[in-house]
Amino acid sequence: MIEVSELGRTFTVSRKAGRFKRTRAEVVAVGGVSFEVAADETVGYIGPNGAGKSTTIKMLTGILVPTSGRVRVCGLDPSRQRAELARRIGVVFGQRSQLWWDLPLRESFELLRHIYRVPAGDHAKRLEECTELLGLQAFLDTPVRQLSLGQRMRGEVTAALLHGPELLVLDEPTIGLDLDSKERLREFLAELNTSRGTTLLLTTHDLDDIERLCRRMMVIDHGRVLADGPLAELRDEVTPERLLVVDFERPCDELTGLPGVQTVKVEANGLRQQLSFRRDAVTAATLITMIAERSPVHDVSVIEPDIDDVVRQLYHR
Amino acid sequence: MVDLAVYGRLARAQVRSQLSYRGSFAINLVAQALAQGSDLIVILIVFGRVSSLGGFDFHAVLLFYALSGLSFGLADLSVGSIERLPSYIRTGTFDIVLMRPLGTLTQLFVSDFQLRRIGRALTAFGTLVYVLSTSDIHWTPASALLLVLTPLAGATIFGSIFVAANSVSFWLIDAQELANSVTYGGSYLTAYPVSVFGRALRILLAYVVPGAFVAYYPALTLLDHPDPLGAPTWLGWLDTPVALLTATVAGLIWRTAVRHYRGTGS
Repeated sequence: MIEVSELGRTFTVSRKAGRFKRTRAEVVAVGGVSFEVAADETVGYIGPNGAGKSTTIKMLTGILVPTSGRVRVCGLDPSRQRAELARRIGVVFGQRSQLWWDLPLRESFELLRHIYRVPAGDHAKRLEECTELLGLQAFLDTPVRQLSLGQRMRGEVTAALLHGPELLVLDEPTIGLDLDSKERLREFLAELNTSRGTTLLLTTHDLDDIERLCRRMMVIDHGRVLADGPLAELRDEVTPERLLVVDFERPCDELTGLPGVQTVKVEANGLRQQLSFRRDAVTAATLITMIAERSPVHDVSVIEPDIDDVVRQLYHR
Repeated sequence: MVDLAVYGRLARAQVRSQLSYRGSFAINLVAQALAQGSDLIVILIVFGRVSSLGGFDFHAVLLFYALSGLSFGLADLSVGSIERLPSYIRTGTFDIVLMRPLGTLTQLFVSDFQLRRIGRALTAFGTLVYVLSTSDIHWTPASALLLVLTPLAGATIFGSIFVAANSVSFWLIDAQELANSVTYGGSYLTAYPVSVFGRALRILLAYVVPGAFVAYYPALTLLDHPDPLGAPTWLGWLDTPVALLTATVAGLIWRTAVRHYRGTGS
């Protein structure tokens, strides 16, 4: 679906140097990234602000012309075959609107039907589906300017899907939404991927989006891909330690001599102890059995590293 | 043809949006008509003092004014919304234009289609009707054809200038004022006989930016009036080819410019 090799984009900026003099400098927004996305994958593209996420997305959709490297989306060259590609992909920008501000939502959809030359039957069917799944009925006749952000976002997603795209690209789709709206949108997108097989590529700062939606995560910073793979694999690789919290029946000395285990914290005279252990060295079950042999255990819990920790580790790598 | 229908639909949608603010629509329409009319007043005042301008009588100057005004009005109506381009580029709204399966230029033409801009064209058209009804032009099928072609060619020339001037904003952020000085300035220059300007400006108007072909040369042909500067009377017939050439050049500039779009940070 997407093939990218050594894709790069630099911007020339001129900076003030003295009263009249200006110097020109090259800023690398994306510095040679390579990846492939197969049909019906769900990929989360993440990175800190200014990492080059949006620039990549814009090169994939034909909005920006790359300065180096090669891109193919649906087998097309995005910047040269922009209009043709536009009919086959859907794009949602969380921070821009493609709807008509002063017109009712329904009229925006009708205009898009003509822009994309969608047969009336297909259009009606898709609109009905989105209306039902996203709950648009209540505000279809409201001018877009009067919609809440959550309502508008649902409208934007519908607008991007009415021509039945094979690939849906979303740039920060959940930005600014409340928890409820986020959840609803994620559910809809997940359903879209499983039932229609639509490929999803999304950028986000909300790692819950990734956890809920994306089977694969790509991390980019300073214009380079830092990591690429299933979330679980990346977690194992970057933060192999898990945390075991043990509550004992009675105070117990600090546990030592367990294989691959380090004590993190001893609380309440040893009544509660936190241990970190490597998942590749010992399983949680074995470890708990070993501990229980030393002193009666009241309760245990295993804490997996937070996705935020994983990402923080990746950014600082 | 299919695409034309889509653009028509988009323009109508724009008009519907504007009609949701009815009061300001009416005021704007009148304001545009008056703006065009104020140039007319200048001509009236000048001819209160002199009887000829650059070798032309009141009647001829009024014809230049009407043809130039009508051309500019039609261009402003159909292409004028491209003046929003600098702000689209600065705010990144141009992303949306590029993500649709339609031509970028045509999308911009209809993106802010303003029916109120017709005010200018109406004033100029009224003047043209008056001038022609009081003139002693010898009408033939050929001159009638030229009369129809002239505003269309003139509008194409102005439209091309609009496009070329606004293309600059892909390189310079907020080049709006620069573009305006070229477009509105151009309209001002073409309303007067070329013979009143100095040599440098004349060459610029005739050959570089073909403003002289908007009203001056076609009007001379219509009036069968010799050019005080010695150009042949048939030169007015070249307005349509000149317009097509200008449009081609503007199209090429635009294509190069769009590939320089850099977007915004997010």
